[in-house]
Amino acid sequence: MQTVHLPMIGTDIAWRDAARAHLAQGTPPEALLWTHGDAPQTDLFGATAAPNPAMVTPLTVPKPFVDLSRRVVWHSDPERFARLYAFLWRLRDRPALMRDTADPDLIRLNGMEKNVRRCAHKMKAFVRFRDIAQGTTGRRRFAAWFEPTHFTLEPTSPFFARRFADMDWVIATPHVTARHENGRVTFAPGQAKPDLPEDGAEQLWETYFCNIFNPARVKISAMQSEMPRKYWKNMPEAKHIPALIAGAEARVREMAETAPTLPPLRAARVLDRLHQPRDLPELSFDAMRARAEEASRDLPEGYGRIILGEGPQTAQVMIVGEQPGDHEDQAGRPFVGPAGQLFDRIAAEAGLDRTGAYVTNAVKQFKFRRQGKRRIHMPPNRTEIEHGRWWLDLELQLVHPKMILSMGATALQALTGSRDGLLKRRGQIEATPYGPVLVTVHPSYLLRLPDRVRQEDETALYRNDLAVFAGMAAAA
Amino acid sequence: MTLTLTEKLAILSDAARYDASCASSGTTRRDSTKGGLGSTEGSGICHAYAPDGRCISLLKILMTNFCIYDCAYCVNRVSSNTKRARFTPDEVVTLTLEFYRRNYIEGLFLSSGIIRSPDATMEDMVQIARSLRQDHGFKGYIHLKTIPDATQELIDEAGLYADRLSINVELPTEHAVQTYAPEKSPATIRGAMARVKTRRTLSKDKTHTGKRPPKFAPAGQSTQMIVGADGSNDQTILGQSTRLYGDYGLRRVYYSAFSPIPDSSAKLPLIQPPLIREHRLYQADWLMRFYGFSATEITAARPDGNLDLQLDPKLAWALENRHLFPVPVQTAEKQLLLRVPGFGTRTVQRILTARRHRTLAYEDLTRIGANLKNARPFITLRHWSPGALTDSADLRARFAPPPEQLSLF
Repeated sequence: MQTVHLPMIGTDIAWRDAARAHLAQGTPPEALLWTHGDAPQTDLFGATAAPNPAMVTPLTVPKPFVDLSRRVVWHSDPERFARLYAFLWRLRDRPALMRDTADPDLIRLNGMEKNVRRCAHKMKAFVRFRDIAQGTTGRRRFAAWFEPTHFTLEPTSPFFARRFADMDWVIATPHVTARHENGRVTFAPGQAKPDLPEDGAEQLWETYFCNIFNPARVKISAMQSEMPRKYWKNMPEAKHIPALIAGAEARVREMAETAPTLPPLRAARVLDRLHQPRDLPELSFDAMRARAEEASRDLPEGYGRIILGEGPQTAQVMIVGEQPGDHEDQAGRPFVGPAGQLFDRIAAEAGLDRTGAYVTNAVKQFKFRRQGKRRIHMPPNRTEIEHGRWWLDLELQLVHPKMILSMGATALQALTGSRDGLLKRRGQIEATPYGPVLVTVHPSYLLRLPDRVRQEDETALYRNDLAVFAGMAAAA
Repeated sequence: MTLTLTEKLAILSDAARYDASCASSGTTRRDSTKGGLGSTEGSGICHAYAPDGRCISLLKILMTNFCIYDCAYCVNRVSSNTKRARFTPDEVVTLTLEFYRRNYIEGLFLSSGIIRSPDATMEDMVQIARSLRQDHGFKGYIHLKTIPDATQELIDEAGLYADRLSINVELPTEHAVQTYAPEKSPATIRGAMARVKTRRTLSKDKTHTGKRPPKFAPAGQSTQMIVGADGSNDQTILGQSTRLYGDYGLRRVYYSAFSPIPDSSAKLPLIQPPLIREHRLYQADWLMRFYGFSATEITAARPDGNLDLQLDPKLAWALENRHLFPVPVQTAEKQLLLRVPGFGTRTVQRILTARRHRTLAYEDLTRIGANLKNARPFITLRHWSPGALTDSADLRARFAPPPEQLSLF
């Protein structure tokens, strides 16, 4: 009988080397006694056998076995080394044994591997660091005490090194201590439970734990199967569990017995604004303007007043732009800012008479965010386009145009329901419930083009669109 | 009155507990060895479990529980008298990082009530994610609950920082949404989900120069619906899930048993949450995703379109389709083995490899890890045949829980 002693730190490599050497020597499994730990014990009947590295010959082993043994060596079962070696002995003649998932020995080893994997996983989950005073290096320092079921600290520490690379940490267990400093992990013998300083964040964490719990659905067995009691003593939040369970029933009963309270005053105000009755007393320009004025009185921050279109009420054509800007909001009229002026200029060149058309926007309010003294324009979202469409609907019903010019994606979305592919659709006439709509870009698009040549090309295209529209308007 | 950080955390985690999802898996692998903090390695980690049996993997909080909507099932609706609080973006960032450093969490799950405008709310949420990623090099997991009414640009930016985006469909039918959540629009919700799907597809295409665009929500999108608040049956619910999985490529649909909330609306019943029903729905969902079942098959047997609460859906299905059984384990196809009650996907995989090496016997299956109590009547093996058991009239009674005496009081 020979004894093989394996150290506490670096067990995996030591077992692999020893197993390799003994297999090469042809030592049968029953002739080996494996020990593990700090103090080598000598077998009464044999001498400690150190594998002779010179004897090691290349040895091929199925890769799945290598992976399996690397995990199983960390199990706490004292027989693990012997079981691994015995299975390796059987593998010599039958490498295919590794794939026989119904072999009892393999199932046993797979079971141990699963125990170790689960233990490592729980370690990744349940280690709780505490902040300890900052060192001289400027890196933040943390420490934790943990009691794993198996010897899993060494194989799990690379995970912590990858995750917490920018801090120094120590994880102490009864058998091994892992220390991470400046990106390097070192191992030292285990120690007794250290006294770690209090950490203020723990109280916040406990608050979170107690409040995320839903007392209406208590499932204690589900909790305990995933977080066994043995881990509780080193987890700060676990001390609240008994009280949470005990109080759950009373909290649910209280919820059921408390009569529904009256909604706060605030609610009525908020909901009123949200559900404003939307019908006008009568369908007329005056009623519409009165409503717009009323709605502009109590404006939320970030929104300008409601600006309706302008033009003859009997206009044959309607021109729909995007959204009022800062200039329009100050003037209270649509199409007076830089884009509006550009439109006027090109429209005149194209022979389109603005004064004969009803000119309006798809969205009625200037939307902005403040930056210093300036109000920066913000694009409208879906709700705001919906909101603007209600006004646009009224205008369309009142003016009843024969032709509509849609400028830009927002107008296109309001009129046709889709803003996709504006540049592909431009210059085309689309049928809508409101009548035929000619699609084109918004003049502000021309202003934003950085390339001079492209700007000229696009302006020419735009002028052409307006000329087409002017021709159709004249025919209408 | 200003609230302390602890008070805010209490209010805003209390308000977030009704979101079921806590997954932190399925995103890209990354770690902090080249700078920053944190890592994600395929499977997520559950750092704690609350006594409700749910895992705590992410710091799940609301940015604010002020809300202008009035959804009957929600504790944060405008007409509720619950306590209100609001985090600043900085507070959320600090809490996330400090919790992460102590190994309490895998990352952040941020949701919010709708305040003044959907854009302002979404902008703050995006700012938190941006700050975590860019200012602090945070490599952990981020799940953002998207606000469907926000501008598309904001949702597009959110997807660049978040691992997962989610938008709740809330209730199984459009009618139910209109009844209980009058301010929400099912069409807008669907539109936003479609947008996320499109962006994810685009982000996987290489450009003509062979460059990859930045990753967009690598852990996909998910949604949640509340079960038991309206009258929908399980067939409707599973049908809706099938559509969601198909149309929007969702990773997960979460089912949340409607549970009584403090200061609840008079519109809804204060009953014990239908936890078993929720559990059966998850089981059925699993059957659809991993076992090749279709929604109609699972609920076909019962006239009311609901799942059997006493038996798990696979066993219930097998009892209704006994003409397909018993299955010869040694020779049957994978598809058929997957339909045997008591055989999980992993058991089936092990059977497939083991049967190449030996003729399987009853004991082999025990060791492989099959649940033979359920499987026994539905399989044949060497030295095992169920005989008349498969077709016996009392087979159902063997599995169903014993009848229970009703309480007299």
